[in-house]
Amino acid sequence: MSLLWTLALKEVRDGLRNRWIAAAIILLGTLAVALSLLGSAPTGSVRVSDLDITVISLSSLSVYLIPLIALMLSFDALVGEFERGTMMLLLTYPLERWQVIIGKFLGHLIILFIAIFTGYGGAILLMTLLMGGGTEGWQAYIMMMASSLLLGAVFIALGYLVSILVRERATAAGSAIGLWLGFVVLYDLILFGVLLVDEGQIIGQKLFSILMLISPTDSYRILNLSMFEGVSQAAGIAGIASEAGMNSSVMLGVMLLWVVVPLMMTLYVFQKREI
Amino acid sequence: MVDTNASSDVISLRDVTKKYSNETVLQNVDLNVQSGECIVLVGHNGAGKTSLLKLMLGLTKPSSGVVEVLGKNPAFSAAVAQGLSLGYLPESVAFYEAMTGREVLSFYAQLKGSNSAECEKLLELVGLGDAAKRRVGTYSKGMRQRLGLAQAMLGNPQLLFLDEPTTGLDPILRQHFYELIDGLQKQGATSIISSHALSEVEARASRFVILKAGVVVACGTLDELYQQATLPIRMKISVSPGEASAVAQRFGSDVNISDINNKSFNLSCLVDEKMPLIRHISSLGDVVHDMQIMPPRLDELYSHFMNGDPS
Repeated sequence: MSLLWTLALKEVRDGLRNRWIAAAIILLGTLAVALSLLGSAPTGSVRVSDLDITVISLSSLSVYLIPLIALMLSFDALVGEFERGTMMLLLTYPLERWQVIIGKFLGHLIILFIAIFTGYGGAILLMTLLMGGGTEGWQAYIMMMASSLLLGAVFIALGYLVSILVRERATAAGSAIGLWLGFVVLYDLILFGVLLVDEGQIIGQKLFSILMLISPTDSYRILNLSMFEGVSQAAGIAGIASEAGMNSSVMLGVMLLWVVVPLMMTLYVFQKREI
Repeated sequence: MVDTNASSDVISLRDVTKKYSNETVLQNVDLNVQSGECIVLVGHNGAGKTSLLKLMLGLTKPSSGVVEVLGKNPAFSAAVAQGLSLGYLPESVAFYEAMTGREVLSFYAQLKGSNSAECEKLLELVGLGDAAKRRVGTYSKGMRQRLGLAQAMLGNPQLLFLDEPTTGLDPILRQHFYELIDGLQKQGATSIISSHALSEVEARASRFVILKAGVVVACGTLDELYQQATLPIRMKISVSPGEASAVAQRFGSDVNISDINNKSFNLSCLVDEKMPLIRHISSLGDVVHDMQIMPPRLDELYSHFMNGDPS
């Protein structure tokens, strides 16, 4: 366990040193402040909106932002060490290869945790204290932060898989962007496009739900929009998710699977790799 | 801990072949290393020295044959390394550039279970005490090499793998470096060193392994290698002024004579011709003033095996 900590803390220290964590906190915090102020603009008043409204707007933005942040953290993690030559030395130390991956994963998870909970959490805490906003829906807000961390974990794991499969950092960077486009933008676009053309002839409600569900980003979206009554009513999604037989534990399970499977694949490739 | 039983092999390679896609980098290599030995791997770039080290370290697996370190498969290098401390200095060592020298060393120390006091001691030992606060990115080649050596020496290793350890070090540091290695050697460490600089390692090596294009062309102690090579021994004979060519004529046609000038000439002969020749020279009387015997040098031995060149 202390080995894993040593490896994880090294990543965290790197994140602190290159101002990575600071930048992410500022980015996420600014967004949270802006959205909590803008969230109630449609109602005609400029005031700090209730948290459950903020959850809706913030989670729709996080779906784009968190994967990007996570991929930026992870795409270089393995290929970078191979390319610089530090991996070779590391693997002559008394540690197993899986410990290298899990140690890094823990470290990157801690970085993301700090960024999300300080950025999102700190900003909202500040708004509530300074300007007096509604605290209605704080559970939903905390769940939003936690599920954002889980979404981040998915893309850290996917980033590692890219990082172990390619031979050059530049290729890894390109593939990470491709991965982001695919998961965050294209998948939904194609899904809705097909649905539009199909007009419900082949793709029924059931299949559509499943296709939505297997995407980690859609799982995250639905999870946040349907978890609490206040949020789901405001998002107009009430009932849709439950009708399709999606409950939050299924969606959490899907996202967990998206963490575990890429990690296992990364481990498998890493074990076979000749250094 | 290394098995103290002297007869047991610390490292054993049996008929090891390593291929990368189509390229064969090592072919049918057999090597047994005993506890406390210092093996020097010699060969051109690309001869397979680093590949051999990587196999022993478990970074790669042999395409065929068996590699065992302390009786285990080094593919499970972690398991092996749990039981003993292992030090490795890669060729052109790379570090995490953003960390300071001290941070790098203490990171590795934590992985090996060493303490920070040992880090400080090693930093002083390799002369990086003052530079320890600086980022590794600002280090010169020699400083990186010294930091590499410091990390290899963490935890008092019983098994040292050093790949071209003295490249980038100035002569004084080289000397210092070998003193450090000697210190570990005296404590019974087994070391495998790959090197270009033969004269440096000559005194330390218990055995040489000469690699050429992935094949072990020679293996043995220095004496054994000289015997195998049958290199000529050269002598320089000084005679009274003006007598050189006259004296040179008094040798048989089987003796190779060269560089005749006014008062000296060179002879060369094989090992078993040496004593008869010396007796002949002493029978020549006062005209011979002096005689120098020059045994074959190490680099001649090296080029003999590398080029297959008998002269």
